[in-house]
Amino acid sequence: MATKKSAPIKNTTGDKVFYIINALFLGLMALIVLYPLYFIVIASISDPDAVLAGKVILYPVQITFSGFQKILERTDIWRGYLNTIIYTVLTVVLALIVTVPAGWALSRKTTPGKKALMIYFIIPMFFGGGLIPFYNVMSSLGLVNTMWAVILPSILSVWNLFMTKTFFESSIPDGLVEAAKIDGAGEYGLFFTIVLPLSKAILAVMALYYAIGQWNSYFNAMIFLQDETMYPLQLVLKEILIASESTTGGSGETILEQYRLANQIKYVSVIVSSVPVLMLYPFVQKYFSQGVMIGSLKG
Amino acid sequence: MEKVKAGSPALSVPAKAAKKPGKTLKALRENHPLLIMVFPAVLVVFLFNYLPIYGVLIAFQDFMPGDKIFSDTTIWIGFQNFTRFFTDVQFWPLMKNTFLLCIIGFVIGFPLPIIISLMLNSMKGKRTAKILQTIFNGPHFISLVVLVGMLTLFFGRYGLVNNIAAGMGFDRVSYFLESSAFRPLYILSSNWQDFGWSAIIYIAALSNVDPGQHEAAILDGATRFQRMLHVDLPAILPMVSVMLIMSIGGLMGVGYEKALLMQTDGNLGVSELIATYVYKQGLTGIPNQSYATAIGLFNSIINVVLLIIANTTSKKFSETSLW
Repeated sequence: MATKKSAPIKNTTGDKVFYIINALFLGLMALIVLYPLYFIVIASISDPDAVLAGKVILYPVQITFSGFQKILERTDIWRGYLNTIIYTVLTVVLALIVTVPAGWALSRKTTPGKKALMIYFIIPMFFGGGLIPFYNVMSSLGLVNTMWAVILPSILSVWNLFMTKTFFESSIPDGLVEAAKIDGAGEYGLFFTIVLPLSKAILAVMALYYAIGQWNSYFNAMIFLQDETMYPLQLVLKEILIASESTTGGSGETILEQYRLANQIKYVSVIVSSVPVLMLYPFVQKYFSQGVMIGSLKG
Repeated sequence: MEKVKAGSPALSVPAKAAKKPGKTLKALRENHPLLIMVFPAVLVVFLFNYLPIYGVLIAFQDFMPGDKIFSDTTIWIGFQNFTRFFTDVQFWPLMKNTFLLCIIGFVIGFPLPIIISLMLNSMKGKRTAKILQTIFNGPHFISLVVLVGMLTLFFGRYGLVNNIAAGMGFDRVSYFLESSAFRPLYILSSNWQDFGWSAIIYIAALSNVDPGQHEAAILDGATRFQRMLHVDLPAILPMVSVMLIMSIGGLMGVGYEKALLMQTDGNLGVSELIATYVYKQGLTGIPNQSYATAIGLFNSIINVVLLIIANTTSKKFSETSLW
């Protein structure tokens, strides 16, 4: 134990080996994550023949933007894009209106019947009626084949509600609330003029969560929308990206030709549809550190 | 469900509201704005979560679309739909497909984020760790449709893997039509997409570890690897238990939207899950809503039972439980 004093052996050989292996493994994981995304990008700007011949692996071959030119002519994609933007904006606005005040109310000690309310929100996290009763409810509300069938069920996630609640509990001190009350602020004044301006982090994160959820979803649109002009982007993409794989008819030549053109459109449409979401994420990531994530743990 | 109602220590709240009747009224008058704020959320949950729970009654009826749930003409048939499902030739294949996919997915997908978070946390360069974490989170934001589309672009008949193989003289294999490829593709792509995102919660827990513990361990001559195992890992174990309970409770419910996208005639033998079968029985072809609802209810009940078992077990062996 005499060595205790000289202890801060910052880098023993064992530690060095550990740090190197650790970094190598994580670097490999980063490659595994990034390569497929990188490949999509280089394949989208390469000559389709080179892609099909397996020549495009590390860098683009015979760079061409013909795929992007072709996708400009795809009215179905742009209509889907517009629909998705409309659905996403409406979802986020309504979701914030529903989620944030409710999260605030649930975080307050003075809310009457708070315990019962919590149980009311917890039960659906573990038990639901299932797909068919949900469909029938939507049908009897007259929402089938309207855009509200895609929007309204997405405006509240109980997870997000509890995350908001925990955020308020951990970041708005009781003293502040009491001081505002003494100054004569009513509940609404308190919420709008004092609490909301302090809650940009949770507003940003909630907006991001709801926006991405709506942007990426296809299932509700698939079961509720019959009118193709109302299809969101994901449903259009589903037709483009996935429908053709199982068709195996036709002679070899024509199939190959179809694949050649179809695959190019696929690479391009993956990029065109995912870029907005991927661009959004780093901007909002800075808010993650502000206790939102830690807040969700205690949820 | 009674057990769930007992309320979790984590989620329940000290009922500090005044108990005297006169005060209750006063509290209600003073605090009614808070009730107004929570009301829209209550309404949304009522419409889209509670009304469907009421709607499961049609599982016990001979129900045609458009019928009312309660009327003079309602035909109650008891558990007939359930016995029909248990004797359906599809029953065992569906159970097997659902369980296998979920359990293999769980065995790989549960430990991976824990390992990644421990490794990221013990990286020397904190900036590099941050950048890596940002990279790992990225795929989470890709939609299921695009993810499955990417799978077809990589593993389809004319995808990257086949193009390279064909270039080397191998035959083309359409992995999407091979039933043996379905589970590996499904599980590996799910992990690719979400291991980073699932690690966030552990990384946050690790950032709360008292640095003093590490300093003490260093003084005792512990290597970084030993500190990872004996300081970091114990610190996140409660979180691991909570996540374990949650994921066991959701075991049967996950991923049918993705399975549906990956289904082809070739892999249907392994890719048909209970939940995808519910969708097909209830909403496609000639819909059989009562039957599909019964199957869905059966699935939900398994989930609740699994959740209760997991929670009780966790309570017994550790201090952690959801309620």
